[in-house]
Amino acid sequence: MTSTTPTSPGAVPRRTRRGWAALPFLTPGTLMLVLFVLVPLLLILGYSFFKRGRFGGVVFTFSFDNFVRLADPLYLNVIATSVGIAAVVTVLALLIGYPTALAIVRLPAKWRTIALVAVLLPFWTNFLIRTYAWILLLNNAGWINQGLEAIGLIDHPIKMLYTQQAVVVGLLYMYLPLMILPLYSSLASQDAQLTEAATNLGSGPWRVFRTVTLPLSIPGALTGCVFVFVPAMSNFVIPELLGGGKTVLVGNLVRDQFLKARDWPFGAALALVLTILLVALLVAQQRASRRLTEGPRAPRAQRNRAQKVVSRA
Amino acid sequence: MNVPLWLTYAFLYLPILVVVIMSFNASKNLFIWKGFSLQWYPAVFADDAVMVGLRNTLIVATSVTVLATILGTLMAVGIHRYTRGGLVRAFAIAPALLPDLLLAIGLLSLFSLLSVTLGLHTVIIAHTTFAMAFVTAIVLARLANLDPSLEEASRDLGAGAVRTFMRVTLPQLAPGMVAGALLSFTLSLDEFVIAFFTTAPTTPTLPIAIYSMVRFGVTPEINALATMLLFVSIFAVIGAQRLTKVTDAL
Amino acid sequence: MTTETASAPLAAPLLDIRGVRHSYGDVVALNDVNLSIADNEFFALLGPSGCGKTTLLRSIAGFETPSEGDILLDGTDLIAQPAHRRPVNMMFQSYALFPHMSVEKNVAYGLEAEGVDRAEIRRRVGETLEVVGLLEFAKRRPAKLSGGQRQRVALARAIIKRPRLLLLDEPLSALDRKVRAEMQQELKRMQHEVGMTFVVVTHDQEEAMSMADRVAVLNRGAVEQLDTPVGLYSRPSSRFVANFIGSANLFDGVAVDGAVEIPGLGFFPVDHALAVRSDATLVVRPEDVRMTPVGDAGTGPGIVGTVVDTFFLGGSSTVSVAVPGIARPVSCTVHAATGARRGERVALSFDLPRAVVVANPTPEPAATPASSPSPVLV
Repeated sequence: MTSTTPTSPGAVPRRTRRGWAALPFLTPGTLMLVLFVLVPLLLILGYSFFKRGRFGGVVFTFSFDNFVRLADPLYLNVIATSVGIAAVVTVLALLIGYPTALAIVRLPAKWRTIALVAVLLPFWTNFLIRTYAWILLLNNAGWINQGLEAIGLIDHPIKMLYTQQAVVVGLLYMYLPLMILPLYSSLASQDAQLTEAATNLGSGPWRVFRTVTLPLSIPGALTGCVFVFVPAMSNFVIPELLGGGKTVLVGNLVRDQFLKARDWPFGAALALVLTILLVALLVAQQRASRRLTEGPRAPRAQRNRAQKVVSRA
Repeated sequence: MNVPLWLTYAFLYLPILVVVIMSFNASKNLFIWKGFSLQWYPAVFADDAVMVGLRNTLIVATSVTVLATILGTLMAVGIHRYTRGGLVRAFAIAPALLPDLLLAIGLLSLFSLLSVTLGLHTVIIAHTTFAMAFVTAIVLARLANLDPSLEEASRDLGAGAVRTFMRVTLPQLAPGMVAGALLSFTLSLDEFVIAFFTTAPTTPTLPIAIYSMVRFGVTPEINALATMLLFVSIFAVIGAQRLTKVTDAL
Repeated sequence: MTTETASAPLAAPLLDIRGVRHSYGDVVALNDVNLSIADNEFFALLGPSGCGKTTLLRSIAGFETPSEGDILLDGTDLIAQPAHRRPVNMMFQSYALFPHMSVEKNVAYGLEAEGVDRAEIRRRVGETLEVVGLLEFAKRRPAKLSGGQRQRVALARAIIKRPRLLLLDEPLSALDRKVRAEMQQELKRMQHEVGMTFVVVTHDQEEAMSMADRVAVLNRGAVEQLDTPVGLYSRPSSRFVANFIGSANLFDGVAVDGAVEIPGLGFFPVDHALAVRSDATLVVRPEDVRMTPVGDAGTGPGIVGTVVDTFFLGGSSTVSVAVPGIARPVSCTVHAATGARRGERVALSFDLPRAVVVANPTPEPAATPASSPSPVLV
């Protein structure tokens, strides 16, 4: 039952070949996804409601203990610190990433690709090594201190390593490209004629940026924020290596519960809280993006009426 | 206008530069330059921990590349042809967006529940699921830009479904598949968190070996190792870039 | 109005373009353009793609800077002013409506840039939206409008600032046939009502001819002819213009004293100002070709040919006649339906007082006239 209709390049074929033809394509992948993504996630969800066994296993008795335990100020503090640090990293990434993306977009076409690849390259080097490099830089005997002493700005080394600030720098360094890419994509896809129209109507360069370029780039910026915030909150390696164990974030807690304390249900509860936070963030970001591009949505009745008017015009 | 750009690049490349330069340092000292030497490069290959890690990582990465590319491409074709609406597509791409820590502990829980012993095979499974999502995304993007009338023309000229797929669709997808393969390889090569949770202590991957080195005793050969890995990544990225013009699709 | 009067330099032009040149790297886009546009005129820049009309438009708007020449608006140098300060507004081909602003915010944008106060803005926006008939859509976003509505928003946005000059870049190209005809009338009406000077850039000669008071035909970066639509049609000054505007039968030959000689057809007495023995082309519009079935005696040198095809267009028909010695079939327009049949032999005569002779800058190598009709269609 293949019915073909004329299509234009890029259009999804309108045939719907149902039945056996789809199986060999979709089954293996779906099976893997269900088994190794869906089930594990459900497991974590489940475990958070169970208890830890005496020797570290999981006892399947339903309980809210883990969540009660989470309400302890100790853990709330950890969560708050994680959110705080992730937020700072996100804001810094935005402040640095936006001008960078803007500068790349304004380059002549042939330089743009090189510029983008140049941003991506560090991202593709081993992340442990990138983190380790900051140890070399931030150490008391490290390169930054050496450099500052050499030019005479300081006379004894500044303690930079094993501080919260070092963690922020490490996370920023790690995830900055993730902010630049969606920002660039959003800015690059803006219709160039819009800035021309704005200029033609009397806006100088600054006003054009403020009233046209900036508002239209907000969805891209929000995407970038989510891309940075999510991993920043769950990273445990950087807090450990650059924070020296003094900075404990959610990621570290989860990892400790699973590999050291062997309290998997509690770890799962922590992970669940993390996930809920992140999902809420994603939903908020989607909503905000849609509102900006499409405008406030009229109530349904008015919308339906509007549709009829448009189709008649 | 370009000042912020250069500053950003300085920020991004400074650490890498330090590592690369120090890999040629003649002394063991990490902070003082004592002259040019290539001694650390062979030292890398003499280090057992590194070599074991490297061997394991290569086994994992190659297996993952093959599996993820095949499964991811099949998935993408399946989604493109047989589904409408975004649910299956979102599901297929989800692993790329979820925090890796979440996937890691989930998989550990699953393997433990099923009493599966941990080892390279569990890492391969974990990485494949993760890399598959990226391959699917890339191939789907490529499929969206293909001209559907080519397939229709092939059918019209009498070629069956399988023949059309092999002679018309697959060759057009090839660049996307190769890019996906390169991406899978690089991702698996570099992946730490998921591997950390799903492998046995006796079978560390390279990132895990590096992690131990960084935590417990930093030796200068790390710099040499890092530099070599850097160039491998550079070639992989440039290769993938040339083949799909990924940045054009952005 | 004759050609001379229409293209003569205006006494006090609104826009004066003198000696403008512009290149993109090696490619010359504008090559010594000279023209002037009067106040309150509906003016068209017409030409094929690549002729430089868009570059000229963008130079007036300020998005390109000519390498040489002057553009004067009301006597003052326009090129010295940055784009956002020129009293010139543009309606873009793709409309370029701000997607994140409602219709009224789009229209108000230019006034806000000027710093006009809120109450005044609201009043003028309301007025302008009424002029274009979109008052009830004020709060809508562009994405929710039809193509025709979007265009009216683009127009409203441009005219609200009461610019001295309104530039329209291919305003009708995105519309389909029926809407296009309506919009043509709309634009003319609006131009009169608002009392502004409109400069339309288009590649569609029907559009330019039907709307404009005067048209400048551009080819390869220079103005080939500047005239009223009637002037361009009935008195084309070059082979390019004759071919570009409307349909024409072109017969290549040699100019002689007071006539033109077409190999294989003979001499045609037509007034012209070309040098004797220079390459020339005789231009005869299809409606000036008279067709009679062979057998009747026609006036003047009768050219006998064979009907190749007929095209019925409703109010008229075009008959294609193959004439021995002439490479392309001759087109003849007859009123309503025609009884002519393929293969029928007919005699053609030209209404010579209406014909024009123009110079032929690129004559093809002379072919030996065939003695038998060369079949054009098998």
